[in-house]
Amino acid sequence: MTISIDPQKTNNKSLQPKGWLRYFSFSLDHKVIGIQYLVCGFLFYLIGGTLASAIRIELASPMSDFMPRDVYNQVLTLHGTIMIFLWIVPVVNGAFGNYLIPFYVGARDMAFPRLNAVAFWLIPPSGLMLVSSYFVDGAAQAGWTAYPPLSITTPQSGQIIWILSVLLLGGSSIFGGINFIATIIKLRRPGLKLMQLPMYCWAMLGTSLLVVLSTPVLAGTLILLSFDIIANTGFFNPVLGGNVVVYQHLFWFYSHPAVYIMVLPAFGLVSEILPVHARKPLFGYTTMVFSIMGIVVLGLVVWAHHMFTSGTPPWMRLFFTIATAFIAVPTGIKFFNWVATLWGGKISINSAMLFSCGFIINFVFGGITGVALAQVPFDIHVHDTYFVVAHFHYIVYGGTVFIIFSSIYHWFPKVTGKMLDEKLGVLHFIITFIGFNLCFAPQHWLGLNGMPRRVAEYDPQFQFVNQISSLGALLMAISTIPFLINVFLSVRNGKNAGDNPWNALTPEWLTSSPPPVENWEGEAPLVKEPYGYGKKIS
Amino acid sequence: MTTLDSSKEIQKNNSEVNETHEDFRMFGLITFLIADGMTFAGFFAAYLTYKAVNPLPDGAIYELELPIPTLNTILLLISSATFHKAGKALLKDKNSDSQKWLFFTAFLGIIFLICQLFEYFHLPFGLTDNLFASTFYALTGFHGLHVTLGTLMILIIAWQSRINGGRLNSQNMFPLEAVELYWHFVDGIWVILFIILYLL
Repeated sequence: MTISIDPQKTNNKSLQPKGWLRYFSFSLDHKVIGIQYLVCGFLFYLIGGTLASAIRIELASPMSDFMPRDVYNQVLTLHGTIMIFLWIVPVVNGAFGNYLIPFYVGARDMAFPRLNAVAFWLIPPSGLMLVSSYFVDGAAQAGWTAYPPLSITTPQSGQIIWILSVLLLGGSSIFGGINFIATIIKLRRPGLKLMQLPMYCWAMLGTSLLVVLSTPVLAGTLILLSFDIIANTGFFNPVLGGNVVVYQHLFWFYSHPAVYIMVLPAFGLVSEILPVHARKPLFGYTTMVFSIMGIVVLGLVVWAHHMFTSGTPPWMRLFFTIATAFIAVPTGIKFFNWVATLWGGKISINSAMLFSCGFIINFVFGGITGVALAQVPFDIHVHDTYFVVAHFHYIVYGGTVFIIFSSIYHWFPKVTGKMLDEKLGVLHFIITFIGFNLCFAPQHWLGLNGMPRRVAEYDPQFQFVNQISSLGALLMAISTIPFLINVFLSVRNGKNAGDNPWNALTPEWLTSSPPPVENWEGEAPLVKEPYGYGKKIS
Repeated sequence: MTTLDSSKEIQKNNSEVNETHEDFRMFGLITFLIADGMTFAGFFAAYLTYKAVNPLPDGAIYELELPIPTLNTILLLISSATFHKAGKALLKDKNSDSQKWLFFTAFLGIIFLICQLFEYFHLPFGLTDNLFASTFYALTGFHGLHVTLGTLMILIIAWQSRINGGRLNSQNMFPLEAVELYWHFVDGIWVILFIILYLL
């Protein structure tokens, strides 16, 4: 069966909002929705960043003097939840996915435009709800993992609002995932084969599979947790005969794949950016595709490596250690492919390239500590210390957030038709890179020496290193200033970009900047070699 | 709030071209049902783990009677067949037949829910009595919610198919096919639930 569009019935332009107003409407245009995701996510990034600064100010001294201990716990919980569910997941999936995937598959929009708009508009209310829970009776205090029995015994209202908002965000994520799978598999233009798609499509296909398979489990778990909090059931309450470890299993069955939901799209984006600025084809396309799918499969069976200190039986420790170590193989393949893409290329050193190279450096650090953490003897030593904090910030900030900035520098000319200022961009990169490493590299040492995470107070012997870390956090906070100035100045009076300032070959550059509402005047181009740099264009 | 219809936009630049594409709403629904199935899978995994590692305290009551759930299983299996009949009738443009079968299916769904409630009221344990009781009510309740939604959707499409050439007909089968797939899915989940919860 086919769906046909009757021009007589549907050609009603008067309903379309114009200009900036469309970004506040229930728009069905995938490009508008992508920008909505990005700007909304960035606003929450500023909130989450403010909370992170508050944490680092508190930790500049060993005593809890900047804020009371329970407020510290609330700030910590909100920081984690906002950064994961309202900044990284929506932006790296929703924003770039919605903007780029229809171009890459040669479509005029996503497969389900209405579902797409619904998925976005679930985010602002749930985010506001989460932030406002602070003013109700105190926000949730149990960390972004909401481990029972802590989440059952802390004040109820904040925890319940937290659960509701995470459920809504999970729903948004699932709707988005369904849409991406349908768009990539079903909406490709005729003649375009799967193995000719740009790498970001593969990354989003893998990510969306993980979203669809694992997010519902989190939803079910949180529903059970809310029963425990409201109705006094005992699913996860040991006093009533429940089992806290079951919560941890179900939670990490989602939340370990969530790490790949956050980082796989970044893998895809960096695979788009590197070939353009190195003027070389992406090295090892096929191995990249198989690595992504390998990570998807393995990513579903490694969750218990978060639980080595939860009384996990030896056979489980053995299995999950081995499975986790295996993930290093596809990830390593991708890492070497990126390096090989750069090797011998005609590299232009611009902000997008700098942030991508920063990603590669930070990510290999985070990857190495990740393999180390998967080893049971080592993990038991550093479990719940700052070593873990350093590790996952190297992945999600040093990895994904660097790529988000890299992508903004790369695609800003396409979205607005204006170039970003390079000097401010390089300044942004230098401050971010130094600040980030200054903030999180010392935390490895803190963790190895036994400083526990999620606690407002610490042993005074750690004060000096913590102050270095806080200094790094200050630099990271400052680094957003040149970026914001850059964006505002460039949107108003940046240099005109033209349609294809980077001479890129992927399909989104083969239309005007900014692109028209239906992406192309006339038929979509058939791009069989999105990375055919150095080859004769026939 | 102003709405912006993609189908309107599709025609913006080339209003002469009547573009068509394949209908993949069913594909989207299947993806959604896989996600929904994973929620149940999480619940089942939790229940089985509890059964394996968390012994109930002495004196806990957890006996279940078999007749009502067995009747419920039969009801749901029959309802799947009657729904299929409704689809066949609609394909032959016999709208009133199709409507009768749909109402009969919805009737079976309602009977199922009534039996379920009857069972709830006559069980010797409440929601918070013990771990088994909590899991039992959570699982059957979550499934019951699915049956309730399914029954409502069946009633909606039955109402839509009341006139020949109305919203639902042999040219536009999608609403019926979608609800039918959902209904079969809910049946399948019940069979697994029945085996795990009552028989195991």
